[in-house]
Amino acid sequence: MSTQLATLRDDAQIQFVTVRIAGQLFGLPIWAVHDVFVPQRITPVPLAPAEIDGVLNLRGRIVTAVNMRRRLGFPLRDADEVEIAVGVDYLGETYGLLVDEVGEVLTLDKSRLTTKPPNLDPRWSAMTDGVFSLDAELMAVLDVEVVLANIKEEASA
Amino acid sequence: MDDLLQEFLTETNESLDLVDAELVKFERDPNNADILGNIFRLVHTIKGTSGFLGLVRLGSVAHAAETLMGRFRDGAPVKPDAVDLVMQSIDRVKGIIHDLETNDGVEGEGDDSDLIGALEEMAEKVLQPDPEPAPAAPEPVAVQAGADADDDLDELERLFRDTPVDPRPAPPAAPASASAPKKAESATPPRAESAPPKSSAAEPSAANPAAVKSPASRPAPGVPARAEAALASREAPAASGDDGAAASRGGPAQSIRVNVDTLEQLMTMVSELVLTRNQLLDLMRRHEESEFKVPLQRLSQVTAELQEAVMKTRMQPIGNAWQKLPRILRDLSRDLGKPIDLQMLGADTELDRQVLEMIKDPLTHMIRNSADHGLETPAERVKAGKREVGTIRLSAYHEGGHIIIEVSDDGRGLNTARIREKAVKNGLVSELEADKLSDAQVHAFIFHAGFSTADAVTSVSGRGVGMDVVRTNIEVIGGSVNVVSRPGQGSTFLIKIPLTLAIVSALIVESGNERFAIPQLAVVELVRVQKGSEHRIERFKDAPVLRLRDKLLPIIYLDQLLGIGSPENVNAGVARDSFVVVMQVGNRAFGIGVDNVLHTEEIVIKPVSSILRHVSMFSGTTILGDGSVIMIIDPNSMAQAMAVSLTSGAAHEEAQKAVASKGGQSMSLIVFRAGSAEPKAVPLSLVTRLEVFDAERIERVTGHDLVQYRGSLMPLVYFDESSRNNGQKERPLLVFTDHGRAIGFVVDEIVDIVDEEFTIEFGSGGPGIVGTAVVRGKATEILDIGHFLPSNFAAITTQRAAAGAERPRLLLVDDSAFFRNMLAPVLGAAGYDVTLCAGVSEAYSHLDAGARFDVVVSDIDMPDVDGFTFVEQLRSNPDTAEWPVVALSGLGTPEAIERGRQAGFTDYIAKFDKAGLLAALDEFTASRNGVVS
Repeated sequence: MSTQLATLRDDAQIQFVTVRIAGQLFGLPIWAVHDVFVPQRITPVPLAPAEIDGVLNLRGRIVTAVNMRRRLGFPLRDADEVEIAVGVDYLGETYGLLVDEVGEVLTLDKSRLTTKPPNLDPRWSAMTDGVFSLDAELMAVLDVEVVLANIKEEASA
Repeated sequence: MDDLLQEFLTETNESLDLVDAELVKFERDPNNADILGNIFRLVHTIKGTSGFLGLVRLGSVAHAAETLMGRFRDGAPVKPDAVDLVMQSIDRVKGIIHDLETNDGVEGEGDDSDLIGALEEMAEKVLQPDPEPAPAAPEPVAVQAGADADDDLDELERLFRDTPVDPRPAPPAAPASASAPKKAESATPPRAESAPPKSSAAEPSAANPAAVKSPASRPAPGVPARAEAALASREAPAASGDDGAAASRGGPAQSIRVNVDTLEQLMTMVSELVLTRNQLLDLMRRHEESEFKVPLQRLSQVTAELQEAVMKTRMQPIGNAWQKLPRILRDLSRDLGKPIDLQMLGADTELDRQVLEMIKDPLTHMIRNSADHGLETPAERVKAGKREVGTIRLSAYHEGGHIIIEVSDDGRGLNTARIREKAVKNGLVSELEADKLSDAQVHAFIFHAGFSTADAVTSVSGRGVGMDVVRTNIEVIGGSVNVVSRPGQGSTFLIKIPLTLAIVSALIVESGNERFAIPQLAVVELVRVQKGSEHRIERFKDAPVLRLRDKLLPIIYLDQLLGIGSPENVNAGVARDSFVVVMQVGNRAFGIGVDNVLHTEEIVIKPVSSILRHVSMFSGTTILGDGSVIMIIDPNSMAQAMAVSLTSGAAHEEAQKAVASKGGQSMSLIVFRAGSAEPKAVPLSLVTRLEVFDAERIERVTGHDLVQYRGSLMPLVYFDESSRNNGQKERPLLVFTDHGRAIGFVVDEIVDIVDEEFTIEFGSGGPGIVGTAVVRGKATEILDIGHFLPSNFAAITTQRAAAGAERPRLLLVDDSAFFRNMLAPVLGAAGYDVTLCAGVSEAYSHLDAGARFDVVVSDIDMPDVDGFTFVEQLRSNPDTAEWPVVALSGLGTPEAIERGRQAGFTDYIAKFDKAGLLAALDEFTASRNGVVS
């Protein structure tokens, strides 16, 4: 679990930016997100890990775009489907997580966070901090650091 | 002025500003040990440095003040009069500093004995438990805490002159420094603050803020008194009026310190501005007749100038990092008894400020090393027929987006034998291996941690924490360090550091429909290559070359190097129209083949994110004028890639020879066409069946093609899009099965099934291609079928994972790269976490590193150590004795199988029996899964 989340008291309220990737609802702790933007003109980076769609210019900053569908093992979206990026910072660098949809911000009690089911795909298991059982569906909490750190490890391995 | 002195002045002015602020607090809270400690440290620093620089006056004043403050620190009660005296000393220091600035580093004439005397006396006095008002003490009125600062000073001066016990009636040396403690809090810029003298005319207004802040101020003395004071201060320069103030502002203000983040931010904003400007210019081009035209041109020009200026702020000559070296070396020279001549070349080579800070320490380290280890003693030098004076040479120059710094000495060179010995002793390398290493490889050991060959640990170096720290520091900023050494002639250390943030003129080229920037520094010329034109690219064996003025220039196609070549271009080979960018990197010349050359542009290199840092072909990214991001090619990596492709060519030949000597690999292949006319092939052993379907039976469901096959739906995959839509009525397909699931690979035509010996050249093709081989006299691409299956077969992986177990770890040892490449995707798709090894020694490197496996698959017939020996070794080690080990061999004779069982193999499977292998593996790992879950 990301340290920030772990240190919170049980009765703490956490705000999550919700995103949808291939139909599945995910939550990103609001402190991890600094931007939501429509990615334009992504320049592909040859020889880069497959999850990296490329780099783009966000108001003068170079942002590395991570294809979350690929990262999470979902089928890729069709070319005409819109995508939207969630800007996150990792090790002082800016990354854009490409998702299908950004939804509302939810405020949830930490106590409602349940542990991951043990039969979860280990890749997913590593990248999620836990699950919220919402009325309509399940929301997985993404650990942004692990999502990005693992790409790096897998790439340099 | 001496750069060192200049730096000292800048620093001291900064600390004095701090002291001012601290003194204000001190005055209010004289018994606060923290504040006292701060002031003490600052004064101590000034004292130390001025001693070092030979500034006598400054040193003695600071010393006396330090002594007094030391007493306070030791617990003597702080009296207001003493505080005042400290303030006075600080002002005196400021006066001297000011003189140093205006008189080009010379301390002004002056006598400080009055102040020093007072300080010493005070230091004595505070030691007495019950101090009586000593005659030396200024009158109480002068030391009222919270008094208006200026008045304080005036008062002080008057007191100084009037105090009868003043050892000498000399006028105070302190100028009528208006920057009394109080005003450090005022809003005026710090630099102006430290400018000591102010005209008396300026005082009333300057004094106001201070007065407001100190409500306890008493009525100011009359103006005459002040004028008198100003006159009396002999030390104050004649131009203590506006001129002096202006001059002092213009002096040290030339170098202010700015937070790098601020510059970074400025840079970003300027980039934004440039982009906006470019958009405006773009608009303007469409509206020729506009009244905005002229102001816009002006804006454009100013923006360009601003951009340039901001970029410059980050660049500094490397000489700044060298400043302290001569002095250090002088001291070293004396300590070591070795006369040393330090030569510095290229001190004006500019590099990023941050990088500069980072290399200061490593450089100092290296210089020390060269002086201590590298250079011989004068006696030894004379004996060796060398000049008695040793030479250490520092040089810096740009090379293709990098800065190269060379530190060389003409000493004895590295002691290769000793390093070798030490490397063996430290366990870095075995004795056997050590003998095989070249000298250069041996020399590289000096960058390992804890490595020093110095006989004695001296105060200078030899503690073995030198070079590895150097290397780490340099690698942190993305650089590298190498050493070249010749015995008896000296060593040269080459440090290569990238210009992380630098303005580079770059050539924007197009390749594989993408744009890239090539730093112009490395570009020599551009050559257009066309069919029938003067210049054309030829193939010399496999290497594309360009004949250019009697020289053969090796060519590397950018799109192929980056794996983004379109099939047409790849097929066209050297016949394609292209441009060749002729590059020169170090002493290597080569050409980069690109599709188009667009223009040149001044670019700012921005580092790539850490996730992409391993892609060495790029040195960074940049934002072009139109706002798009492009990758910057690293010429050095290109040069290396060129060198690798040459050596790997040689390696191929060796590999081929090795295979030939083993009699080659015999295997059944199914040859077919798909997507293009070239024949392609996969090993027949992987294919379950061949089928032919009517194209109309193929159903397309949500982007996937399926066909009904034996009562269920079978997914279909194609070599590429053109093969998918080739309009054929009948489609042959190869059926692969795995765990009862079938998948069809649709081809255009099945050509033949061949069984023959062939050798494979690896890595020559694009994705999905293992390599090429000559089959029946034709170059045939051997497909990596696993590449085409993953998305469909991944489901199996997921199923296995979802069952609650980790992927079983599998170690595959086979000297044949072909089998490794062939089996890895199959095993991976079957849900194993596969580790590939080309031999037993490589397998041991994994095992020794602590890797643990659930099952081992090993070839039998391998060079060096064979499979029988390997399994015996595994069985004899308690850690690995229980592991299932599957033998994989072409020798399927009963004798061989029996021998395998005796050696300890769990199972023995023929090399092409994929189904058998998977079944066996399943069996062995299933028991494990049962235990785990």
